[in-house]
Amino acid sequence: MRDGPGRDPTREEREGGTPEGSPRLSGFERGTEWLRGVGNASDVVLSSRARLARNLAGFPFVCRASRADREQVLEICRDQLVRADLGERTLWVDLRRVSVLERQLLAERHLISKPHAAGKQSTGQGGPDEPRGVAISLPAERLSVMVNEEDHLRIQAVRSGLDLRGAYDEAEHADNEIERGIDYAFSPRFGYLTACPTNVGTGARFSVMLHLPALRMIGEIEKVKHAADDMGLAVRGYYGEGSDTTGDFFQISNQTTLGKSEGVLMHEMEHEIVPRVVEYERHARGVLLGKRRSSTEDEVHRALGTLRSARLIETDEAMQLLGRVRLGVVLGLIGGGEAGEINHLMLLSHPAHLQRTLGREISQADRRLERATLLRSRLSSFG
Amino acid sequence: MLCDQCGEREATIHEVVIRNNQQMERHLCERCAQGAGVSGGPQPPIHEMLSQYVIAKSGRPSSSRPELSCDTCGLEYGEFKKTGLLGCPTCYDSFGERLGPLVEQAHEGGLHHVGKLPKRALEQTRQRGGSAATELVGDIEERAKRRAILQEQLTRAVEAEQFERAARLRDEIRQLGRIDEDDGGGGGGGQR
Repeated sequence: MRDGPGRDPTREEREGGTPEGSPRLSGFERGTEWLRGVGNASDVVLSSRARLARNLAGFPFVCRASRADREQVLEICRDQLVRADLGERTLWVDLRRVSVLERQLLAERHLISKPHAAGKQSTGQGGPDEPRGVAISLPAERLSVMVNEEDHLRIQAVRSGLDLRGAYDEAEHADNEIERGIDYAFSPRFGYLTACPTNVGTGARFSVMLHLPALRMIGEIEKVKHAADDMGLAVRGYYGEGSDTTGDFFQISNQTTLGKSEGVLMHEMEHEIVPRVVEYERHARGVLLGKRRSSTEDEVHRALGTLRSARLIETDEAMQLLGRVRLGVVLGLIGGGEAGEINHLMLLSHPAHLQRTLGREISQADRRLERATLLRSRLSSFG
Repeated sequence: MLCDQCGEREATIHEVVIRNNQQMERHLCERCAQGAGVSGGPQPPIHEMLSQYVIAKSGRPSSSRPELSCDTCGLEYGEFKKTGLLGCPTCYDSFGERLGPLVEQAHEGGLHHVGKLPKRALEQTRQRGGSAATELVGDIEERAKRRAILQEQLTRAVEAEQFERAARLRDEIRQLGRIDEDDGGGGGGGQR
C-alpha cells in the first residue's frame, strides 16, 4: 500500500449529483474495520482511532470562511485527496450530492461525524448544501478524511482492537500524502493551527471505543469516569461528542494536544491508560463469573431472549441488549456465534443500515418492526 | 482566607500548581473557582472549561481591556468568547496575549508545540535557502524553551521509570538538536 513511484493503483472517484439522482454508495453491506471484533484486547476494546486536525494556510477557518472560500478549500482538498495514495482505492463523496440516507449511512459507520452529515457547523449554522465532502479508503474503510468539518481537514484512521500505533501510522501516512500538495497552517509556538484552541498543537486525538458492561453491572463505572476526568481525558458515548454514556459503550480520548508529542500522547493512552481500564473490566467480568454467575447468566440470556422474541424494537434498546449478549458471548455463557457477528448486528440495527439491508426506505414505525424481524432471524443460532 | 479573585467571599478551593519547580497557589471561592474552570469535583468537559475560563477572564471591565479584533479576518475577541472558535490562522497572533493563558489552561500547562512538523514547508524553506528551523519551529530562544520543557518531562519519566516514554522524549530532544545543527547552530534566530 505504501509503495514507491511507478505504482498505478486503481482509484475510484465519485462525485454524485448526476442529473438522474444521487448514486448509491457501493460496498457498504459488509462490516466495517472497527467492528470486526479482532485484535489486541478485543474482548473489551472495540476499536482504536487516531484523528489529525489540519487547516490550509491562507484561508479563514470554516466557521469564518465565505461560501466561495469554502468551495475553493473543498476543490483544493478534493483534488489532492483523489491524487494522494491513501489506500487501495479512494472513494470521494461530495456530501451535497448524496441522499440523506446515504449521509446517515456514512455517519453510522463513523466515517463522518453527525454534524458533517447534516452540514451543520459547530456554531449551528449551515445545512445540507454546505460545501463539504469526505474521502474514504476502500475496501477496508480504515481511513476517512472529512473536508470542511470544523477544520478544513479531519484525517482519521481506525483499527479493530487496541492498536493506536497502527491507526496513527495510517493517519500520519495520509497526512504526509495530503501535505505533498497543500500548505498547512502552522506556527512555531502553537503547532498545527485549528479553529478551536482545544485541538491546537499536534491536532491529534487518540480515542478507543470500550465495551464496559461488567463495570456497569457491578456498579463501578462512575469510578472509571471520575478517574478518566482526573487524568484529563474525555469520556463520551458510542456516538462520540455530545452522546451520552448511559449504555455500555464508551469512548475515551486525550484532551491535551499541545506540549506533548503525538508519540507521547499515543503511548500514554495505549500503554498506560487503556490497559488499566481493560484490566479493571476483566476483573469485573471475573466477579460476574464467580460470585454472581447465575445472575449474570440470567441477565445475558434474558437479553438474548428479548431480542429473539421481540416484535418491535428501537435502536437504543437493541444496542443495549446486543451489548449484554456480546458480554455473554465473550464470557462463554452464550454459544452459537462470535462477538464480531454481534458487533455487525449493532451496525445493522441502525436506521440507515436497516433500510439499506431491506433495499427500501421505510417509516420509523416500520423500522421497529423490521429491526425486530432482522434480529430474530440473525440471532437464531445463538443460545 | 478571602478569595484571591473577588476578595469578597471566603476561599474554599485551594489550587496548587507546580510548574518548572515553582509552586503557585490560588485560593478561590466556589463561584470564582467555577468561573476559572477550577473545581473540587469531577472536571467538566474541556470545551466547557475553556468557555467558562474565557467568560471569567473577559468579565473584567472593558475600559481596561479594549475589544481586540483580528487584522486578517476581522473576528472580534467577544465573538470567540461566544463560540470558542477562532476565525483564521492569524487569530492566534492577533489574540496571542489573551489566548496564551487560555491555551495553557486547556492543555494542562502545555505552552509550546512539541511533535510533528510539516515536512513540505521544511523542504520548501530549505530550497529557498532560508532557515527552515526559524520559520517553523521558532528562533533559538523559542527552541531553547521547548528543549527545557522536554528535558523536564524526560527527568520526570526517568524518575517514574517510564523508560519507553523517556526514549521517545530523548528522540524529540535529538530531533530538536538536529534542527539546530541544520540551522547552523541556530544562527537564523530572530530574523522573522
